[in-house]
Amino acid sequence: MSEALNIVKDPTLTYNQELIALAKLGENSDDTIVFSDEYYKAKEAGALCDLGEGKMPYRPRYICPDYDLLFEKGCDFLGLEPPKDLLEAVNALEIFYRHVPSVTTFPVYLGDLDKLLEPFVLKEDRDFAKKVLRLFLLQIDKVLTDSFVHADIGPEDSVTGRLLLELTEEMQLAIPNLTLKYDPEKTSDDFALACVRCMLKSAKPSFANHRMFVKEWGENYAIASCYNGLLKAGGGFTLPRLRLYECSLTAKDVDDFLERELPRYIDLQLEYMDKKVKFCVEEASFFKANFLVTEGFVKQENFTGMFGVVGLAECVNHLLGIEDKKKGFGMNKEATDLGLRIMDVIDKRVSEHVAPYCDATGHRYRLHAQVGIDTDGMDDSPGTRIPIFAEPTMLEQLETNEKFHPYFPTGTGDIFKFEETYEKTPEAILPIIKGSLSRGLRYFSGYLENCDVVRVTGYLVKKSEIEKLKAKKQSLNNVTVFGKGAQEGAHALDRRIQRHEDSTGQ
Amino acid sequence: MPWTEGYSVMRTAPVNKIIPFSNVDGPSNRMAIFFQECPFNCRFCHNPETINMCNNCGDCIRTCPVNALSLKEGKVVWDKDVCVGCDTCIKTCTHNASPKITMMSVDEVLEQVKRVAPYIAGITLSGGECTLRKDFIIELFPKVKEMGLTTLLDSNGYLDFEKESEILEYCDGVMLDVKAYKKDFSDWLIRYPNEVILKNLHYLLSVGKLEEVRTIIFPDRDKENTETVTYVAGVIQDKCRYKIIRYRQFGVRDEHRKELGDLTTDEDYALSFVGLAKSLGASKAMLI
Ligand code: SF4
Ligand code: SF4
Repeated sequence: MSEALNIVKDPTLTYNQELIALAKLGENSDDTIVFSDEYYKAKEAGALCDLGEGKMPYRPRYICPDYDLLFEKGCDFLGLEPPKDLLEAVNALEIFYRHVPSVTTFPVYLGDLDKLLEPFVLKEDRDFAKKVLRLFLLQIDKVLTDSFVHADIGPEDSVTGRLLLELTEEMQLAIPNLTLKYDPEKTSDDFALACVRCMLKSAKPSFANHRMFVKEWGENYAIASCYNGLLKAGGGFTLPRLRLYECSLTAKDVDDFLERELPRYIDLQLEYMDKKVKFCVEEASFFKANFLVTEGFVKQENFTGMFGVVGLAECVNHLLGIEDKKKGFGMNKEATDLGLRIMDVIDKRVSEHVAPYCDATGHRYRLHAQVGIDTDGMDDSPGTRIPIFAEPTMLEQLETNEKFHPYFPTGTGDIFKFEETYEKTPEAILPIIKGSLSRGLRYFSGYLENCDVVRVTGYLVKKSEIEKLKAKKQSLNNVTVFGKGAQEGAHALDRRIQRHEDSTGQ
Repeated sequence: MPWTEGYSVMRTAPVNKIIPFSNVDGPSNRMAIFFQECPFNCRFCHNPETINMCNNCGDCIRTCPVNALSLKEGKVVWDKDVCVGCDTCIKTCTHNASPKITMMSVDEVLEQVKRVAPYIAGITLSGGECTLRKDFIIELFPKVKEMGLTTLLDSNGYLDFEKESEILEYCDGVMLDVKAYKKDFSDWLIRYPNEVILKNLHYLLSVGKLEEVRTIIFPDRDKENTETVTYVAGVIQDKCRYKIIRYRQFGVRDEHRKELGDLTTDEDYALSFVGLAKSLGASKAMLI
């Protein structure tokens, strides 16, 4: 059977999912971009991975449009006037979203929805505004059927922010992903607590370290897709990843890895990125003709390349000959320190490389701790996370994360699963978030055990939807299938639960 | 008081367990430190292995599957790096003790608190019975307060707080168990006189140091449950939280499970006592 035929005959794919798979097949039939033999060899061995990006970047991977501009000037191409009231505003957004491309074909950034909509919401009666927002969220969940679709709120409290939280809790939808930009000076405890309560019931929002992102990007940043930090009116050209465990397999020892093998793989990934970026800017029509560019909703100079890594824990454990994960990375100082040395090598080498067209990031690529994909199995844990089943107490997990999160301006995060007693004590979670963000944690996600909407590695799925797929039925959400793979292969839903009886040895 | 001898002088205390993040030992996120040893011997105790200090009889050493226990100079030594946490030793012990105890100095405890300080609102000392470590606490608490943390005691009310009020100086509040009001029931249930406990209830309330009161509701003990709840509610009114807790059979010693019931108190039944407490003015009564 041909691959195309396989796609067309698969009963678990919706029409739209078939369409996307077929388009990818078409894209991959072209061989214009050619890499070195060494690149292909490393890719074949699983040390490098392009995350299904496709061979021809006919648009950047992630696009974060300037929605303020849409509300200010409207859009010629779509024939949209600047909205005058709430109905016009959400209608304009819904229309616009449909035309924002990405690697998934769906928009990965929906805007800072509270800020965007607040002036319009304030002009309406609360119940009416809530109804409009309810339909807006429903439209997003049913039309932008992909959990990498992401909206931001905060850092300040607002009526719209509160309404969005209420609706998120009431509607229990996996889409969109939601982030609170949290700043202890700007976000009130009351609003943060409302977010914690909502997070426990619906696995969102997550908490982003606003101060950290502002320091790296300025105020104009977006959290998109899983947890990706990018510039508004810009985005990310490409995101390939080093699969560090596989990278470590060709090294003779730690020194060989740090001095030869790792730099070699880094350079290969940089080669990949340079070629992808150049093609996207120089060859593809996107930056020349797409209305997003011609009308100024995105600017080429605000895009950057995201240098991804995955599987640091397994890489370190392999290099140190540690078989028992529970005694490895995150649990033992030697292993964690080696992890830091590896990150220092990556950070330095990537920052010395002059990247084409990445003006806003000083012509440099920025690091990203990739969350893994469904087919990774247990070989490569997401980014720099401690492997599932080996997670220590939450305290130790946070302490490890705090050391690694600062390396990743284009995103990293960790997920904490709380036992049910926390439903009654959300105020016990806020100090944990505050403390860890103040100590270098970049991004905190949590959910309550026994919730239907759960966070897999960075995105959200409904457990009930995974069951549908297992029963060979279709699921509207494009990433449910990833969730199924991550659950079965990587046990992503079996993460350690924070229980009150967890104790450290004295 | 033989169980306090020695420790107060050395300013160390036997620690059974430290929980860095706890959401059930007082408000917000707290570090909970559990000391070994309790002067009472409550029939419903869920962790009877915290009642006594180990007498170094050595019985548990042989039963440890991974040889984490050994006898050195007549004392049982526990190697926590080897221990796999199977609790076989605790099941073996017939003295209501545990070999898994660490003697910690004030500085060692402070070191642990310091590590967790950024993530917590405060610490709670529990047990066993924490007030057995009175002098340790008097030394510890001011230093914890210096870190900007709150300090709570989780106590069975054994210590006469009025006489020993120094312990309250740097303590933000006491979470007090009032297990039984009537003397005969108390004598039977906790095997210790309860006059001081009731006195503490009044005293702590009068000096603004009563953080919360807890009472356990037992199955099929209408009279005793009603007496205790009625009394406590009448005293505390709306001035502090009143937690009504269901008796749970888990961890209770076999012989006592026979007396108290091999079941968990029915939720609706327990709720009726929340209702009773509220009707008597204890507006902050709640079931947990
Ligand atoms: S819990 Fe007790 S018996 Fe089990 S390994 Fe540890 S010391 Fe040994
Ligand atoms: S813990 Fe119990 S059994 Fe073990 S030595 Fe101490 S008293 Fe004996």
